[in-house]
Amino acid sequence: MPIAQLAGSETTNDSNKTFVFKDEGHTLGNALRCVISSYPDVLFCGYTVPHPAESKMHFRIQMKKGKAVDALKRGLDDLIKVCDVTMEKFNEEFDNFNEQATMSI
Amino acid sequence: MESINDDKPRVILNEYKVTQNFPNTTTVLDDTFEIKKFKKKFKIVIIRNEKYEMEFDMIGIHPFLANTFRRIMLSEVPSMAIEKVHILNNTSIIQDEVLAHRLGLIPLKADPRLFENKTDANAEHNENDSLEFELKIKCSNNKDQSIKNSSRTEDMYKNSNVYSKHIKWVPIGNQKDKFKEQDVRPIHDDILIAKMRPGHELDLKLFATKSCGKDHAKFSPVATVFYRLLPDIKIIKEVEGEAAERLVKCFSPGVISIRHEKGKKTAVVNNARYDTGSRNVFRYEDLKDAVVMTKVQDHFIFSIESVGAMQPDVIFKESINLLKSKCLSLLEDLNAS
Repeated sequence: MPIAQLAGSETTNDSNKTFVFKDEGHTLGNALRCVISSYPDVLFCGYTVPHPAESKMHFRIQMKKGKAVDALKRGLDDLIKVCDVTMEKFNEEFDNFNEQATMSI
Repeated sequence: MESINDDKPRVILNEYKVTQNFPNTTTVLDDTFEIKKFKKKFKIVIIRNEKYEMEFDMIGIHPFLANTFRRIMLSEVPSMAIEKVHILNNTSIIQDEVLAHRLGLIPLKADPRLFENKTDANAEHNENDSLEFELKIKCSNNKDQSIKNSSRTEDMYKNSNVYSKHIKWVPIGNQKDKFKEQDVRPIHDDILIAKMRPGHELDLKLFATKSCGKDHAKFSPVATVFYRLLPDIKIIKEVEGEAAERLVKCFSPGVISIRHEKGKKTAVVNNARYDTGSRNVFRYEDLKDAVVMTKVQDHFIFSIESVGAMQPDVIFKESINLLKSKCLSLLEDLNAS
C-alpha cells in the first residue's frame, strides 16, 4: 500500500494528519504541497523526505476545518486536472506550430 | 515611463541584490489554486522544435509545475540502455567491468514505450522486456600490400578501433517482425568503445532493458532539461550618442539596438529574451539608473534536449502522463481505504 498514516499521537486526528508515501520524493511532495497549501481551509501543509536512502515521503496536513484526507484528495484531483489541461494545451500548440511551419515552407 | 509594478510578478536585478516588484493584481504565486483560473492563465508557446531539441514557453504557471515536469523528465521517464553484458571473450587491454560500464552508457535507439519493465533482474530476457545485441570483433594485421609502408594505425591493422557501429542487434522471439533494423541500434555510430592491437578480441552478448533515470543516469531519455525565467529589460531614461553604444555592449548581442532619428542615436530594447542577465551596466555610473533589468516570474522558457530515442515533445508528453497516472493511482488508493 503506497499511502499509510503515521502512527497516532496527541497531534493526530481527523483534521491533522501525516501521510507516508512510499516510493515518492520531492517531485510529487513539492507539487502536492504547493497546491494544497494554497487552499483556504488549510492551516499548514508541508512535506519531508526523512532520509535520502529511504524512498519515503512524509506529508503533513493541518486543517482549520474539515478533514485532512479530503484536502489530500482534492490536491491529487487538482493535479490530475492540471495534467489534462497541460496535455490539451501542449497538443493544441504543437499542431498549430507544425501547421505554421509547413505553411512557411 | 512604464512601471515595473504591472500585473506580472517580477524579480528585479539590482546592483548587489535581487528584489521583487509589487504587482497590481494577485498572481499565480500567491493565489489560491483553482483549476478554472489555472486554465485561463496558462499558455504554451512553442519557439523551436528540432529533431533532438525543443524550446517552448510555459506562461502563467507556478514554479512548482515547471519543476515537477523537469524532475520527471530527468529521472522518471523511462528509456532503454544496456544493463547486462555477458563477456565470452575479452583479450583487449580494457578490463571487463570498465568495458561493461562503458557499453551501458551508449545511447540506444529503441522506443521504450513498446517494452515492459523487467520485474525480476535475474529472470530470462524475453521479447517483451529486453533487447539483445552482439559485439564480436577481432583485430588483425592488415595484409593489404598497397599501404605496406604506412605507419598509420588504420592502415597497419584491421579493426583496431571498436566503435558503437560494430554492435549488432540480435532479435529475440517475434522482435524481428515487430521492429525494423534501423529502429533498433545505437544512436551514434562513431562512439569509440575500445582500441585493440592484432590478437586482441572481443566477444560479448549485450542485454538492454527498460528503466528510468532514478535507477541509473544512463536510462535518462534527455541530455538535459532546464527552464529559465523570461528576462525583461526596460530603458527608463533616454540614452543617446556614445552612451547608447556603450549600453548595447553591456548586454548580449541583439538585446539592445540603436535607433537613428534626426541624426541622433537612441538606445532601444530590441529583444530581451536571450539576455544572459549579466550586470555589466552597473559598471557605468551614468547608465546604471537608465535601465531596469527584471525577470518575469511566471514565464518559463523550457528547453528539452533529447538523447535521441524519443522526440523531445514525446518526452514531455510522457512526463505529463506519468504525473497523471501517479496521482490517479494514489487517489484510487485513498478512496479504497
